[in-house]
Amino acid sequence: MIPEFEKFKGFSAKTLPKDEIVAPGHRACQGCGEMLALRMAMKALGKDIIVANATGCMEIVTSPFPQTAWTVPWLHVAFENAATVASGIEAARKVLARKGKIPKKHIDIVAVGGDGATGDIGIQWISGAFERGHDMVYICLDNEAYMNTGVQRSGCTPYGAMTTTTPPGKESFGQVTWKKNVPAIMAAHGIPYVATASPAYYVDLMNKVKKAALVKGPAYVHIYSPCPTGWGSPGEKSIEIARLVVETRVVPLYEVIEGKYILSRKINKPKPVTDYLKTQRRFKHLKEEQLAYIQKRVDEEYDRIVKLSEMD
Amino acid sequence: MSKRVGVEVSIAVADAVKLARAEVISAYPITPQTHIVEHLSDVVANGELDAEYVPVESEHAAMSCCLGASAAGARTFTSSSSQGLSLMSEILYHPGPMRLPVVMVVANRALAAPISIWNDHNDIMVQRDIGWIQTFAENGQEAVDLLLHAYRVAEDPKVSLPFIVNIDGFTLSHVIEPIILPDQEDVDAYIPSFKPHVKLDPKKPVTMGPVGIPEVYTEAKVAHEMALRASKKVIIQGWKEFAGKFGRQYNPIETYRMDDAETVLVTMGSISETAMTAIDAMRDEGQKVGLLRIRLWRPFPGPEFRKAIGKTVKTLAVIDRTISTGASCGPVSAELRSILYKMPGRAPKIFGFVAGLGGRDVTVDTFREIVDKANLYAKKRPTDLYEVIGVREK
Repeated sequence: MIPEFEKFKGFSAKTLPKDEIVAPGHRACQGCGEMLALRMAMKALGKDIIVANATGCMEIVTSPFPQTAWTVPWLHVAFENAATVASGIEAARKVLARKGKIPKKHIDIVAVGGDGATGDIGIQWISGAFERGHDMVYICLDNEAYMNTGVQRSGCTPYGAMTTTTPPGKESFGQVTWKKNVPAIMAAHGIPYVATASPAYYVDLMNKVKKAALVKGPAYVHIYSPCPTGWGSPGEKSIEIARLVVETRVVPLYEVIEGKYILSRKINKPKPVTDYLKTQRRFKHLKEEQLAYIQKRVDEEYDRIVKLSEMD
Repeated sequence: MSKRVGVEVSIAVADAVKLARAEVISAYPITPQTHIVEHLSDVVANGELDAEYVPVESEHAAMSCCLGASAAGARTFTSSSSQGLSLMSEILYHPGPMRLPVVMVVANRALAAPISIWNDHNDIMVQRDIGWIQTFAENGQEAVDLLLHAYRVAEDPKVSLPFIVNIDGFTLSHVIEPIILPDQEDVDAYIPSFKPHVKLDPKKPVTMGPVGIPEVYTEAKVAHEMALRASKKVIIQGWKEFAGKFGRQYNPIETYRMDDAETVLVTMGSISETAMTAIDAMRDEGQKVGLLRIRLWRPFPGPEFRKAIGKTVKTLAVIDRTISTGASCGPVSAELRSILYKMPGRAPKIFGFVAGLGGRDVTVDTFREIVDKANLYAKKRPTDLYEVIGVREK
């Protein structure tokens, strides 16, 4: 077990930190689930952090010079390399602390990226940083496509979804591939902590981000983040959708602590996946055949996670 | 006391990085840069240098790591060549406008295709607009001295810009030369501890690398350009201080046998030593030849170059170490044509030559051929815009 977890009591709805690390006044869309997830994640981390942000929605909406929404030290460089920039910051603080140039006090180094920055273009950089064992938290805010550039498909776009580069048509039903299992790829690095989260379960989300910070070495939190603009869903429904995705088992919430899978929330009576899919325009074109396949595959994937969690 | 020892230039450069007390070193291996970073991993492993050595998974990551470390307030070092430098390219454009004094040694090597591990300047010439200060070393001693000078200048609060020292791959990086490594205490006095004016620090939060909307982007780019131009003063000052402390004087442009010279070779990097040998031989035969060597490539020392051209000079024969494909001439020739266009009075005739591509030897005879051709073209206009020397017909 991770010794750092023993003292951590967890957050509760009544004792949420008051600090806003990402301040109001940013330019995110109405009902942005990603911003909500980012806000809660940052609340869990507090002020003693340094953030390296990949290019993407969160970077763009929080930093149009001369304005900034960040109340903590924050650095953006490029799309694919947030984890490596974080590696450099971590390495610098190690040597500077050793040489007495900065205080020895621990500061959490946090990298933030979307699903494209994490699962597609940046996967090599994250893989390198995780393999080298830098003490950092990597937060992936997964809104399941390249939203910042106008809703193009990514490897994390779900099966059947309509995007601007996977349009349904006479010869197509949208995204033809199953969503890339990025948390499993991260877990395969043998890092001490991996977790999935949804902003509808915000206390669970915050606890996981905090645990990721507490653990020594690389930690990864994959957060499902509804995007009303890209998904064609009402802005006020983001939390409802973020709950439905868990209740239908489409996104299982779990932790992988030192290789051991632990289900955070077992869904014994799942709602049908159509309850989730019908909330978003991106799935509207799907036919019986595809819906049946999604239900079957979701059940299989969920069973796999349950089986993994039952292994010693 | 510092003493002169026979040492491989790559090892001496790495020892200079150690003397400069780099704090975060991040690199990815590529020929011919490898001996530099291997030796640095040795000195870190042996405890001779208190630094973090981050062995990243690509050159792009090496530059990304240095950038993060520099933003956090550490003195950084990396080194690369060729394909690796190209892979870094996206990130090379960041530390300049962000005013992060990352220092890098490029062991210059040709670019594919066809793949070649050998020396020319194609790798760095495609990166000439990245907004770093750039110098070119002629020999091993100069490589060491320019590296120390790079830290002195890059981290100067008036400069705060990234710095590349170019050394020719193999022909300089892998040769053994007699080199003086300065004493640690003299280097410490020459390069003070890095004190960034802003850094990533929770006690004083800053936002770095924000979005540049159209209303500010132009100003940000111009501010960077002005900083790079203004750095020339500190670059020259840094060399003056270096001369005072270590006894070796460096200038943006070096001259050799320029008194009464009429035909002048213009070079950058290690071929300059061979050029001087060629000039001595041609002078012995009564030819009025001289050499101008460009040490400071960015910011380009235009006034210094124009001043270095004496009144007797009639013809400049400029040697580029890369083809600027489809252009009217190589990048060094283009730079010089541009600054001579502004030259008051009568500018010398200028002819562009390309030599030493992908490790092809540049010999005394190569320089003789170039001088002969330049003299011929001064009388009889050449048909081609520039000429590649030594192209085999079969």
